[in-house]
Amino acid sequence: MAKRIDLRHVTLRYITDSREVLAVDDVSFTVAESEFLCLLGPSGCGKTTIMNMIAGFLAPTKGDVLIGGADLDGTKHDRGVVFQDFSQLFPWRTARRNVEFGLEMRNVPAAERKRTALEFLRLVGLADFADVYPHQLSGGMQQRVAIARAIAYSPGVLLMDEPFAALDAMTRDEMQRLVNDVWQETKKTVVYVTHNVAEAVYLGDRVVVLDAHPGRVKAEIALDLPRPRDPLSAPFVDAQRRILSQLGMH
Amino acid sequence: MTVASQQVAAIEPKANATVRSRRRRVVPFVRGAIAIAVLLAAWEYFARSGIFSQAITPPLETIASALIAMVADGSIFKHTLATMLRVAIGLVIALAIAIPLGMLMGRHATWERILRPPLAVLMPIPSLAWVPLVVLWFGIGNVATVLIVVYASTFSLLYNVWMGVKTINSIWVRAAQAMNAERTRLFTHVIWPAALPSIITGIRLAFGRAWIAVIGGELLASPQWGLGKLIFDAKEYLNADVMLAALVVIGVIGLFFERVVFQLLERATVNRWGMANGGQR
Repeated sequence: MAKRIDLRHVTLRYITDSREVLAVDDVSFTVAESEFLCLLGPSGCGKTTIMNMIAGFLAPTKGDVLIGGADLDGTKHDRGVVFQDFSQLFPWRTARRNVEFGLEMRNVPAAERKRTALEFLRLVGLADFADVYPHQLSGGMQQRVAIARAIAYSPGVLLMDEPFAALDAMTRDEMQRLVNDVWQETKKTVVYVTHNVAEAVYLGDRVVVLDAHPGRVKAEIALDLPRPRDPLSAPFVDAQRRILSQLGMH
Repeated sequence: MTVASQQVAAIEPKANATVRSRRRRVVPFVRGAIAIAVLLAAWEYFARSGIFSQAITPPLETIASALIAMVADGSIFKHTLATMLRVAIGLVIALAIAIPLGMLMGRHATWERILRPPLAVLMPIPSLAWVPLVVLWFGIGNVATVLIVVYASTFSLLYNVWMGVKTINSIWVRAAQAMNAERTRLFTHVIWPAALPSIITGIRLAFGRAWIAVIGGELLASPQWGLGKLIFDAKEYLNADVMLAALVVIGVIGLFFERVVFQLLERATVNRWGMANGGQR
């Protein structure tokens, strides 16, 4: 079910105002099946650009992105995406119908769709809000629906682009615990983009630290702390220190 | 925050909003009724003042009896039905033209480049300016009047569909593509509902224009039935009471669509989805 992701010498250039910008420079890394990988870096390091290439929204100028060992196919490949923006949910659909969308695109019959959607809403703790429209939900709840929506059709990989960056700190902690639980339950291959070191250490099996202008891989740090992780424990703090020193901030 | 407290936070303002929105609906209604009463009283005073003969400025009572007579012999219903049918057929044709073209223009720069110039040229021409030509081409009758309605309503509709599709939140398209929505279902399941607020606004404007155009078109191009025709014929016999009665019917129907039909439509869609402020939340 879960699929591996390979990036091989991925480079992206684009042209703005007749100036060529090298956004991503020769990035290679692999995400193993069911691995939770965090892409960490300062703003402008191209981490969202890399995620957009894995999602198939952007084609690399050079290099290859492989999912499950195969080349990307723009419309058919097998991924769920969670964006930072709360407005990603379809406002004209209830929470449940939002979660059903991917199943609908795969022509799953209505009754089964409904059952699956409710199951995933339960997984993110929103079973009671199935028939509510997105504008009636708080930001954190909307992001939970977005997570349920991105995994309900069982994609092989789950891509998350700073999904909690716009939430308040307390809700963010709660959401990180939820993502940890959901990942342990579903064992998806996850690529999680963040600029928050503590978040990366809390969630990741491995952290790929990126450098900015152009975006390239600076370091890869494996984390083998037992889950759920305790952000106040010495190994956790130590891991943060190691990553911060890689970022040149400590 | 716990789930329970979030629930309260999400539901509680709703309850208050219901009370407020009831008040918001009743107060303007009363104000509107007062304004109309003042308008009627002013007309009554003017009609009975003797400035003009009562034959050309009939008092309310005379207008009412003209209206009652037309209700009694059923003629007003035939006129109204004829006019409404022309508007309905014209609007359906306009929708069939404007929705696909507007969607193409909103999604594809090529179509936008092709269609923008003719749109810019045709849009400012008043539909009634076409009436003599249309009569010349198609003669007096339903074809001519319906065409005028189509012309009057297509452009405001097309413009709103185009802009609505062009300005939808692109994250919805990306999210749908990430879930493997292919081209057709991207249109039917995402772009259509996302643009619906603008499309409804377009229909609303188009209805207003169609309603104006159909009366004008009927004045000149209707063989027998229609509210415009009613006014035109009444002019021949100086029946000011019949003309004013027809105007009252036109106004009431316009008000009914604006205040009841379109508001219900918006409440069932745009307001329910929290999309009242355009496509973005």
